[in-house]
Amino acid sequence: MSKQKIEVAEQPIAASTQKQAENSGTSHRSGGLVQNLMHGPAGRSLGLVVALVVLVLIGLITSGDRFTSSENMLVILRHASIIGVLSIGVTFVITAGGIDLSVGSVLGLTSVVGSLTAVQAAASDSTWLIMVVVSLLVGAIAGLINGVIIAYGNVVAFIATLATLVAARGLAEIISERRTLLVTNTDFTKFMRADFLGVPVLVWIFALVAAAGWFLLNRTTFGRRTVAIGGNLEASRLAGIKVKRHIVSLYVLVGVAAGIAGLMMMGRTTSGTSTHGYLYELDAIAAVVVGGTLLVGGRGTIMGTVFGVLIFSTLTNVFTQNNMDTSVQALAKGAIIVLAVLLQQRFASGKVRKAKKLPLKV
Amino acid sequence: MLKDENPRPLLDVRGLTKRFGAVQALKGVDLSVLPGEVHCVMGQNGAGKSTLIKTLSGVHQPDSGEIFWDGEKVDLSTPTAALSLGIATMYQELDVVDGLSITENIFLGHERATGGVLHVKKANAIARTLLKRLGHGSLSPSREVGTLSAANKQIVSMARALSRDTKLIIMDEPSAILDAGEVQNLFRVVRELTAQGIAVVYISHRLEEIREIGDRISVIKDGQSTANNMDVADTPKAELIRRMTGRDVSNVFPERTPISVTAPVVLEVTDLELAGHFDKLSFSVRAGEILGFAGLVGSQRSEIIETIYGARKASAGQVTVNGKRLTAGSVTSAVTAGIGLSPEERKSQGLILDEPIYKNVTLSTFERFSRTGLLDEAAERRAASEQIEALELRPADPQRPARTLSGGNQQKILLARWLVHGTKVLLLDEPTRGVDVGARAEIYTLIRRLADAGTAIIIISSEIEEVLGLSDNVLVIDNGQVLAQKTATEIDEHGVLDLVMKGSAA
Repeated sequence: MSKQKIEVAEQPIAASTQKQAENSGTSHRSGGLVQNLMHGPAGRSLGLVVALVVLVLIGLITSGDRFTSSENMLVILRHASIIGVLSIGVTFVITAGGIDLSVGSVLGLTSVVGSLTAVQAAASDSTWLIMVVVSLLVGAIAGLINGVIIAYGNVVAFIATLATLVAARGLAEIISERRTLLVTNTDFTKFMRADFLGVPVLVWIFALVAAAGWFLLNRTTFGRRTVAIGGNLEASRLAGIKVKRHIVSLYVLVGVAAGIAGLMMMGRTTSGTSTHGYLYELDAIAAVVVGGTLLVGGRGTIMGTVFGVLIFSTLTNVFTQNNMDTSVQALAKGAIIVLAVLLQQRFASGKVRKAKKLPLKV
Repeated sequence: MLKDENPRPLLDVRGLTKRFGAVQALKGVDLSVLPGEVHCVMGQNGAGKSTLIKTLSGVHQPDSGEIFWDGEKVDLSTPTAALSLGIATMYQELDVVDGLSITENIFLGHERATGGVLHVKKANAIARTLLKRLGHGSLSPSREVGTLSAANKQIVSMARALSRDTKLIIMDEPSAILDAGEVQNLFRVVRELTAQGIAVVYISHRLEEIREIGDRISVIKDGQSTANNMDVADTPKAELIRRMTGRDVSNVFPERTPISVTAPVVLEVTDLELAGHFDKLSFSVRAGEILGFAGLVGSQRSEIIETIYGARKASAGQVTVNGKRLTAGSVTSAVTAGIGLSPEERKSQGLILDEPIYKNVTLSTFERFSRTGLLDEAAERRAASEQIEALELRPADPQRPARTLSGGNQQKILLARWLVHGTKVLLLDEPTRGVDVGARAEIYTLIRRLADAGTAIIIISSEIEEVLGLSDNVLVIDNGQVLAQKTATEIDEHGVLDLVMKGSAA
């Protein structure tokens, strides 16, 4: 059953280029394609689908109709949306063999600066636009700083973004004077809290970002460079790819994602504060890793990340529905992360064993 | 080294067969090893050498055939059974533990201890003796193995073998990870071992090495013995190649095509300098010319082509392609101008191993196949398939991950990459490393064909014979200096070595 689901889910990949269809005249090639998909993101999504189905079943058994109601489904999705947008960005840097620990802080900084802009520009009609542009710009600049330090300063991504994590939070505290700033622009907050075709705008944003992310990673030269650099940085460099420049653009990309998430947060809470997005980086990384993107780089799946995010937000929902302790919830989250990584390692070591014929110990 | 007329073989293997599922890995292999000899086993990749080794070390059980040890029929049912008879195996990928000391590594699995308490002093003393026996008495037994060079790790691995009262050591391509000087040291150790009566089964691709160290040779092809116990000294190289590949490789190197006098200079290097490595280096390569760099490991030859390519930033001088000057330190500038590099470390510098063949082929050109940033994978696959056909790359499936290919076919991916790119200058650093003899001839032919099509080529190889056989002209390089520039036919291997020796003496 879950298998069928996957094929349906992955169909757009197979169908999206006409050229591919022209070319796959021989049965051999189309066979290879299906095989490729099964070994690719879809094959690894199998476990995720199973996990999600199990969680839904648990929700159904423990809470019944309350869980399956469309309102509750939208609650799950809305809850997933902000972390979701962050996770899509993080998927790119992890695929390229990097990491970004600063997304949560940058989200907070964005919300502070964005809210402040709204106050400053309250008189103007274009507040909206200024707020959005400024917020995205803050994210982009933070990403640019990360990227330059990593690519040109040759600082390990973990350390560089850890520094930004701390610094961005500090800067947000200074700017906001540790106060919670209200987003005074009601047009903006109304829009962010509205529904469109029965689905919250926040969820639409997540869906759009995910779709754009999928397209960017799988269908564009930008995505190819990302995977190539994660797969083998030196080989990519020697093939003529401008590796440093691309790494910078990746961190700018994830910074912009944090900016979008910051805007979503401002809309949802109608406020900007330095504590927004606290520890979100860990949730985002967890979702990406659980989704099947390899932490060492070279393989990334947007679809997997979306599943990862949904698994965690469904889990939270099931616990909330049953009025269970958040500490137990944290415990379950931890277990899921370990399980996912164990599965990943099995996948990775299987790959090595096949290729290298590891010598047996004498 | 063989004194008796008819000594009894230490190890005698008859009619060994082994099947893995649908694959008949061994179809009848015979091997007879005398005490104290170096017995070389040759064969192409996939000939069954690894299966043979694993059968002899007790990892695999043969389906049929007999193994005699010192005249008695034995059953090597486990690795321990083989070890206790005195058969030790040194695998290509060294199985030493970096975090442990030399002594701890030597006694790994058979620690000297009473009731769980280690006899550190005693073990260290024995380790010291073993190291001395291998001519490496200067290594401290308490040193951590992770700090040793690959060559010294090999010594530790050998000491471990000797710690078990070994009579036969199987060495699987031990020279693959060593440079020329280290190989000589390895040979010295091997000679010391055989002088003590220990037999060595030596597996290698390199014909020259086998000629130097081996006593007798056995050849396997497609899981079958095609030659047994041939005397190293008496067997001509062509005969060995024929036995290994099953075809006559009358001339391994393709015929040279005379370079037209009007052929334009494509690559011009003027006063190139990389601080601390070489300076004032000038030479040029014409369209259709293959220029070889002859020199030993450490002669800075890789650094030179990496600097030309922009992978290292030149501190002075310039490189031009068709008169256009390149930006120092910019690979992209070199690639745009039409230079391609096939790097020394194919796997770590050349390929994305988990990606399919076609993405590796188009790694330098996928942008060209794209429109406004959108990939056209179908076009990429078509281009890759054309090259797969032209280069006879196997398996001929563009979707196959690069990791699963043999060394020769991985090398072809890199050639294909630059063919798709349409390079005017191709820099080849060790293009046949890890490539077996049969596939080598193919690679040579491809390289010559590229030159005939007008590509200017620079080739580096540790095997001087290969450089001389393939190139039109040769630069003899030592310590970052050009000692001589000759046409390849003017000079032979001895000539090169003479120049290098004189150069370093001066």
